[in-house]
Formats: sequence, structure tokens, C-alpha cells
Amino acid sequence: MQRIGVFVCWCGNNIAATVDVERVSEILSHEYGVVYSTNYQFMCSENGQQLIKTAIKEHNLTGIVVCSCSPRMHEATFRKTAEAAGLNPYMVEIANIREHCSWIHKDREEATAKAVILGRTAIAKLLLNTPLTAGEVGVTKRALVIGGGIAGIQTALDIAEAGYEVDIVEQRATIGGRMAQLDKTFPTLDCSACILTPKMVDCAQSEKIDILAYSEVEEVKGFVGNFTVKIRRKARYVDETKCTGCGACMNACPSKKGLNEFNMNLNTRPAIYIPFAQAIPNVAVIDPEQCLKLKTGKCGLCQRKCEVGAIDYTMQDTFIERNYGAIVVATGFRISDLKYFNEYGYADNKDVITSLELERLMNAAGPTGGTLLRPSDKKHPKVITFIQCVGSRDISGCGKPYCSKICCMYTAKHAMLIREKYPDTEVHVFYIDIRTPGKNYDEFYRRAVEQYGVDYIKGMVGKVYANGDKLMVQGSDLLNNEQITIESDLVVLAAAIEPEPSVRRIATMLSASIDTNNFLTEAHAKLRPVESPTAGVYLSGMCQGPKDIPETVSQASACAAKVIGLLAKDKLKSNPCVSHSDEMMCNGCGTCANVCPYGAITYIDKEFRLGGGKTETRRVASVNEAVCQGCGACTVACPSGAMDLKGFANKQIMAEVESICKR
Amino acid sequence: MQEINEKYEPLIVAFCCNWCSYAGADLAGSSRLSYPANVKIIRVPCSCRVNPMFILKAFQRGADGVILCGCHPGDCHYTTGNYYARRRMTMLFDMLDYLGIERERTRVEWVSAAEGNRFAAVMNDFAAKINELGENKRLEDLRCKN
Repeated sequence: MQRIGVFVCWCGNNIAATVDVERVSEILSHEYGVVYSTNYQFMCSENGQQLIKTAIKEHNLTGIVVCSCSPRMHEATFRKTAEAAGLNPYMVEIANIREHCSWIHKDREEATAKAVILGRTAIAKLLLNTPLTAGEVGVTKRALVIGGGIAGIQTALDIAEAGYEVDIVEQRATIGGRMAQLDKTFPTLDCSACILTPKMVDCAQSEKIDILAYSEVEEVKGFVGNFTVKIRRKARYVDETKCTGCGACMNACPSKKGLNEFNMNLNTRPAIYIPFAQAIPNVAVIDPEQCLKLKTGKCGLCQRKCEVGAIDYTMQDTFIERNYGAIVVATGFRISDLKYFNEYGYADNKDVITSLELERLMNAAGPTGGTLLRPSDKKHPKVITFIQCVGSRDISGCGKPYCSKICCMYTAKHAMLIREKYPDTEVHVFYIDIRTPGKNYDEFYRRAVEQYGVDYIKGMVGKVYANGDKLMVQGSDLLNNEQITIESDLVVLAAAIEPEPSVRRIATMLSASIDTNNFLTEAHAKLRPVESPTAGVYLSGMCQGPKDIPETVSQASACAAKVIGLLAKDKLKSNPCVSHSDEMMCNGCGTCANVCPYGAITYIDKEFRLGGGKTETRRVASVNEAVCQGCGACTVACPSGAMDLKGFANKQIMAEVESICKR
Repeated sequence: MQEINEKYEPLIVAFCCNWCSYAGADLAGSSRLSYPANVKIIRVPCSCRVNPMFILKAFQRGADGVILCGCHPGDCHYTTGNYYARRRMTMLFDMLDYLGIERERTRVEWVSAAEGNRFAAVMNDFAAKINELGENKRLEDLRCKN
């Protein structure tokens, strides 16, 4: 039998002016289970809280109802008060008689009657409350970063800086990501490699960072603070510990037909290769599709040339398993497929290229050594036309509905760089809108127009077609209201960006939610932008949405701060208002796990005693309390009524309904 | 309608999710936007916590209208809870319709934490509708009447 205390607050005049608080506390004192009832001017004040504490002790209260302001305001306060007086903090219920009563009703009779009902309802719920204790779990002080681009690198460096161990898992043979492919960066035009490669080296040299390149996450188990991750280390056919990156094997390799992915397939590379000169780890990798030895068994030239004996054709994929406290997703982006945009002739004309291909063509380490030449005939292009928003802001369903965000700026950068290096080149840009918010961004764009004389044309392009060795770009000039055709040598498409496709698999493994465009969803769009709704999973960089480099780095560091905050804790306290399954009623059907947005429900085989020495083993749902966030979706989905939510139990809500409906 | 005596006051149960709609109701309060006192709010963590049984129970115990409020689609604190709620309520409302409970007696509304005025407007509108419909006798269990 519970001994309930009721405390009616006046809130100065806020409540007392419209609600007869004396009468409310008098009426509620006669309710079932209530042994003490009082009212006071300010319950949340020092004196008010003291009054509650004294009453709890003097009257041996087992639970309290505070009729006051919204629980969103002072529930935490009164829970602490109760706890200080030796009561379980979850034996406190709040009747909201201010926001939901006194402030919205003018009639004193009416408001008083409603306050009584709200108080009664809180009592009805409290009668069914049970003491709850927050669980505690330990934290593995190691983080996993999935993706080794600038986002992953920055996050890893910041976490390592704080003294925690970090592993970077990168699917490609080297870290560096997309930024390593870029030539110059806006708006300062400093060379991308010059600012990125020192960070890559820092990662390699840090004692706290372990780079697992050419690896993929295979399986994720566990929950915040206690993840266990299985990582596939793909066979490189080269021993990472022995290879010195000398490059002798690359020169020896007779198969040189593999397309160079790093150069956006604009040239070829040997079957054994180091992705680029500053690769980290600076270790060769064999492309099994191209290697003669692996394909036919005949060759082995590279093995003979290798002085350190690093090459092993028998190497197999290996698996490692490690424990982590936090996981950061930094899987980045790629250029989206242009197959639905035949009007731009990307598939048919070699001289229609994407902006990322142009980056490689202009890069000193690129296929042309930094001289801008047309891919088809290696001639200098004299007229270059840029087309923006190719596949971005497209609601036809062929492209992406979002703005890729970085294209306006990098197109201005490309136009400017070309005009600077080759002043005799004519540069046209077709645009729908120019979007340049950001520090020094609009100034940068204006410089391209005013100082460098880039011809910006507002309008869309309808068609690009070949005419001899020229490309005819047909489009509309909206400002002059005319149709124009520009005879160009090179056409550059600012193709929409999209999340790296592997992110879907990773999101599923992590039960991190993903939106219709495959971007990962953040826990709160404004206030928790670097956390995923799944506890312990964080988002860094483009996997969350289009971003430029400064934004990516800011987010990466913010993400690291959140991870450090988690790893700094020895124990995690969990919200005790979580689901639990009544194993006697559960039939293991699996419905609850399907609706759980957090992957908190797993199934275990449990042995039940049937009596008479007999036992039976059944599959039952088991809720991981550290992962469950307490939404209650499973409680309604459960067909046998085995799932219930602590603190908001079926019985409690039913009691509230009954209490309100009692006339 | 004529049978309704003058003292008839409709009884409305509102389920509000903790993160958006309950906060919206709080904002309506702090903005002093009034709505009828016969609307009584039950706080739930998420709109998906509302079991159709709760709504049936409310009608059985003599509620004249039940409204479920959650975060706007896409804004759910628990990512997908309000979608579950929407689907479940669609099914429940179909069933209630079959049982002869007027469609207007139940409602799902999305109210964000910033929409105090919307909360009050929704409640006023709903209460007015229930007033028009009068007492709900269809599912009421007379044994529950004191």
C-alpha cells in the first residue's frame, strides 16, 4: 500500500489566481492512497523543497505528486528533492496545473475542477509506479572511424589528441579520400595536397591512431560504449609491414591496362600500384582483376623485383575483431551517375567531363602533369563551357532533389584558375542560381566574374552534341531571353554529389537511420547535428549532407568533441524508462524488433522450468536497456502484450485514461 | 441533439508526445492561449506509445472525443514513431467507423514545440466539433457510470 503525499504549488499568483489551491489540496487529501496533502507558495524554492523533504520523512511517504508547472520545467528538480529525502526519484509525478490549467482558463470554478482532475490522474498513475534505477555500463575507451577522408582524418586526429585510441577503417588502399584528388581549394586557392597530406602523415605517425586501409566493416554488435566490430582486411597481396613503397614493382609490372581510379579513370596504371605518391600507408596493392599472376598463374615479375620480399600472391582476406566505445561514420561522397542525363552527352563524348575529372586534369600530379588538355585529342581547349546543377535540384526523379552545395564555388574556382593559367581561353558558365553563402565566398565568385572575365549565363542547357571536333552547347540565356549555342572544346559538368553507396550497408549494421537520399540522419537537425539517433554513433562530413571542406572539418572536430565526451566517462547512466519484455508472455515472434528504430531488441533462447523436472527452451525478446531510448513503439506492436514501457506502462496510462474519464 | 441537457460538457482526452506536442501545449499555456477546460492531456513519450486500446478504453469510459498529437512527420524525436502512430490510427479509425463512432470524434494532429497557437487552435476546433456531435453513447459502458 502506497503512502502518497500531494503538494499543490501556488506559483505565486500564477496558479493561485485562477485555481483555488487550498480546495485542490483539501479534495486530493481524500483520494485513495493519499496520506498527506498541502499547498505552498513556491514548491520549487528552497523552502518548498525542504517542505517536501520533511513531509517525505515525517509521513513515511512512498511517492509524491506535485501539482505545479509543466514536468518539462521542474520534474528533474522534484526528482532530485525526492532522492535527497531517500525516495526513489521515479516515484514522483507532476500534475501540470499551470501551463495546462491556470494559465489558459479564466473561470476559477472551472480551473479548480480541472486542477483536481489533473491531480487525481497523477495520483492514479503514481499508485502504479515502481521504483526505477538507472543502469550503468562501462565504456571501451577506443573509437572507430569509418572512412579515411578529410572528415575521418580530422575526427581521428582530434580524438587522438585527447589521448584516446582511434582506428580508421578505409575501404580504399590509402586514406586521403576525395580531398586528395582535388587540385586547389576555394576560396583561398591553396593546394589541396599541401594542406591534406601533412594531416595524413600525422595520422600515420600518431601512436594513438591505427590506420586499417583496404578494409571494410563487416559486422557490428553491441551498443553505446560497448561495440564489437568485425573488420575485413582485404587481401592486398603485399605485406604492409615489409613494403617500403619504393615502386620497383610498379615499373616491372607488364600489365598496365588497369584504369587509374585516383585519376578518375583518365589514364591507366599497372596491376600492382600505389594509388598516389603521398599515399598513406605508402604500400603497393595488387588489383586481382588485372594481375597476370593471379589470373593466369604466369608472371611473378614484381615478386622477383621486390627486394624486401613483400609480395605474397597467396594472401587471403583476414578478419579482425575489436571493441569500441564510439563509432564515427565518415564515409563521404561520390559523383552521382549521369546515365539519366544523356542530353549532356557525357557517355558519348570524351570531352564532356565532370568537375572531378577536371580537377585531375589540372593537377600537377594528374594524367597530364597539370597541363589542361582535352581527353580526346590532347589539344588545348580554347572555349570551355561549364554546366551547373547537373542532376542537383532536380525534381523530375532522374537526379537529386537537393542542392549539392559545393558546385557554385568549385566552378568559380575552375573558371578562375583556367582564366589565370590560359588567359586566351574563353570560359562560359551556365547556371540556374549562384549560391555562395560563406566567409569570403561571394567575394570569390565576384572576382571570377569581374576580375577574370568569366562569362556567366543564367539559364539551362538543353543539349550538348558533337560537331566535328567541337561540342555544341545549346541553352537558353534567360536574362537576354534568347536561345544560344556555344561552340566549345571542352564541356565540364558540375554533377550532383551523392553519399558513398557503401553507407547504406554501414547504416544498416549500425541501425543508424538514413534519409531518402541516402544521407545519414542526425539526432536533431539543429541541436544535435553530429550525432546519429543511435546512441554512440556519430556523423562526420558528407555522409550527413553536402558540405565543403571548412564545414566538413568543423563538423569532424565537433564530432570528435562528442566522442571524447563519451569516452571520458567511465560509466554510462541509462534512462530507466525503457521497454522490457515479460518473458512468460513473449512468444518470440519478432514484431517488436522490426519496429525498434534503435536495434535494441534481440532474441535469446531461454530455458523455462515447466515443473516436474521438465524444461522447455523458447526464443524470447530481450531489450538492451543501454540502447533502448524508451519511445514505446514495441509496446504497441507486441501482439501478446509482453512488451511494456517502464515509467509509462500500459496499466499506468490506462489508469490515467480512467481517471480523466471518471465523471 | 435536443435530448442533450444544458449541463452537457464534452469530455476530450488528448494524448501528447513529450517532445513536440506536450511542449506545444506548454507554449500555448505560457502564451495564455485558451482552449476549453474539458480537454485533458496525457503525456506519453512518443505518439507511437499510444496503444489503440487506450483510445477504446477512453470511449468505453465515456470520453466524447480522443485526439492524438505528435511531432510533424520527419521531426519525430525517435525518428519514426509518428509514422507508426499514423498507420495504427488509420487502422483504428477505420474500425471505429465500422463500429459507428463518428470519424470526427478521433483525430491525429501534428503539433511542434513551437506551435502553441496551433495547439490551442486545434483544441478549440476539435472541442467545437465534439460539442456539435454531442454525447458519445456508442461505445460507452454504462456500468462505468457512477
